[in-house]
Amino acid sequence: MSGSAAGTVSLRSPAAEFWRRFRRQHIAVAAGVVLLLLILAAIAAPLIAPYGPAAPDYNNVLAGPSWAHPFGTDAFGRDILSRIIWGGRISLSVGFISVALGGLAGVVLGLISGYFGGYVDSVIMRVMDVLLAFPGILLAIGVVALLGPGITNVVYAIAVFSTPVFARLVRGSTLALKRTVYVQASRSIGVRTFPLLVRHILPGTLPGVIVYLSLRVGTSILTAAALSFIGLGAQPPSPEWGAMLADGRGYLGVADHIMVFPGLAIFITVLAFNLLGDGLRDALDQRLRSW
Amino acid sequence: MLDYLARRLVGTIPVLLAVSAFSFLFVHLLPGDPARLVAGPDATPADVEAVRQAMGLDKPLIVQYLHYLYDLAHLNLGRSIKTQQTVAELIGQRFMPTFWLTVVSMAWSLVVGVALGVLSGVKRGRWQDQGSMVLAISGLSFPNFWLGLLLIDLFSVRLGWLPTGGYSGWRSLIMPSFTLGVAVAAVMARFTRSAFVEVTAEDYVRTARAKGLREHVVVWKHTLRNALIPVITLAGLQFGFLLGGAIVVETVFAWPGLGRLLVDSVSYRDYPVIQAEILLFSFEFVMINLVVDLLYAVVNPEIRLR
Repeated sequence: MSGSAAGTVSLRSPAAEFWRRFRRQHIAVAAGVVLLLLILAAIAAPLIAPYGPAAPDYNNVLAGPSWAHPFGTDAFGRDILSRIIWGGRISLSVGFISVALGGLAGVVLGLISGYFGGYVDSVIMRVMDVLLAFPGILLAIGVVALLGPGITNVVYAIAVFSTPVFARLVRGSTLALKRTVYVQASRSIGVRTFPLLVRHILPGTLPGVIVYLSLRVGTSILTAAALSFIGLGAQPPSPEWGAMLADGRGYLGVADHIMVFPGLAIFITVLAFNLLGDGLRDALDQRLRSW
Repeated sequence: MLDYLARRLVGTIPVLLAVSAFSFLFVHLLPGDPARLVAGPDATPADVEAVRQAMGLDKPLIVQYLHYLYDLAHLNLGRSIKTQQTVAELIGQRFMPTFWLTVVSMAWSLVVGVALGVLSGVKRGRWQDQGSMVLAISGLSFPNFWLGLLLIDLFSVRLGWLPTGGYSGWRSLIMPSFTLGVAVAAVMARFTRSAFVEVTAEDYVRTARAKGLREHVVVWKHTLRNALIPVITLAGLQFGFLLGGAIVVETVFAWPGLGRLLVDSVSYRDYPVIQAEILLFSFEFVMINLVVDLLYAVVNPEIRLR
């Protein structure tokens, strides 16, 4: 299948090999480019958004798409395109921060669980199983019910339910890595536990973690938007995409563009993360495929 | 089998106790004084004191928990702060709409999801496979609340074919159950495909082909039956996912179910209702997982012996 002649051994580094396989997945590469553009647009929002996220234009209320307002305006005459660009900052950072927090907690717990085993392992994994059994949005609503509505609390809530996925994944690879010759060798020459975990085991678990990061960011953006939509996340003046959609509910049939474009933004972003995640997984390892 | 059933049933008891302890502690984890919260924002200090006494909040925690369990056993879940109805009554009213919504969504999405997955697996690499998988990943990425709004816009506001929401006969069930089922159908299709592809690589499938069995016998008898074992487990887990999704979909379609009750209660800080709903949802999960495990044992005898 590979282009190399029969009998030659691949001398490429694992990273180069991964990149070569990833590059051939045109859809995933395209998804990555789309995401990069979305991220750049969010960062450059003050420069590229035609209007401010809260700037009203009372002469153009509920106006359909036009040259002045490509995606139309909402009930206050605010420019939908500008709000979507500004809102990308919220949706993308909620996605990244919550998954980063959950991923970090999961990696630490997974390393501990897998390396030390025994009683510690059983306790951590039982708790993770319970968390995993609950649908994310219900856990998130529980957290919001405790801490109160708001986007910051949504980030904590999503971090909590992202944790078990990473914990399980990292525990699995830690168990396998623990038995490898190089880890055994490091231990036998007296490398202490902490450096052993961080320097020798952690890097081996990272490829799987990266794949799941991509897949989970998509899910997290979806969940955060859903929570904002039902009124438990970002609150009204905020240009968060789910909250914008909730605004559009009252104008169905009157000004559909209010809910069409933010919905499209969520869909494209989540789809891109999912396609990228699928591509990364396929490039990385055939064994991870079953999910 | 009976032995396995008994072991599994006994195994759920500690989980149920943990769930009840969590929902009991919920009110205590809230910032502020639970008596004050239950009494409501307009309560006088005397009212708060009365509630404290009535709820037994002045007693030790373990005594309170035992009281809570006793009340639970008698379905005495307190009263809603918002409507003053008993929580048991409120939940009773909301149960059936959510039940129908989830059951209908599950039914169609399982059939469609597994069918798409098998089609993909059989026609691997062909246009049927690619089409199904594009559909599946789109379904997975589609925000269900957006889908709901688009459907209402098209079929209710513009065409006037279906009611925009509410719970009134089978016509009102079409859009909500479609919206809720899409993500599950997508997950099932992807998973069924990969389970199918995995089984296709097994030796016994190659043997079946090698001895000249016809293709449909190989697909239906040798591949599909084995591929469906992990699919059953995932289907059970999707039930939980569906209950979560119902929370959002019920809000979109003004569906008078448990999900919308939960959202309303959280917005209103109606703690007795939130507490009861958390308990109820968790209880349903434990039960669903139990049923899935039992089903799994039925199809896979190996599990029973462990």
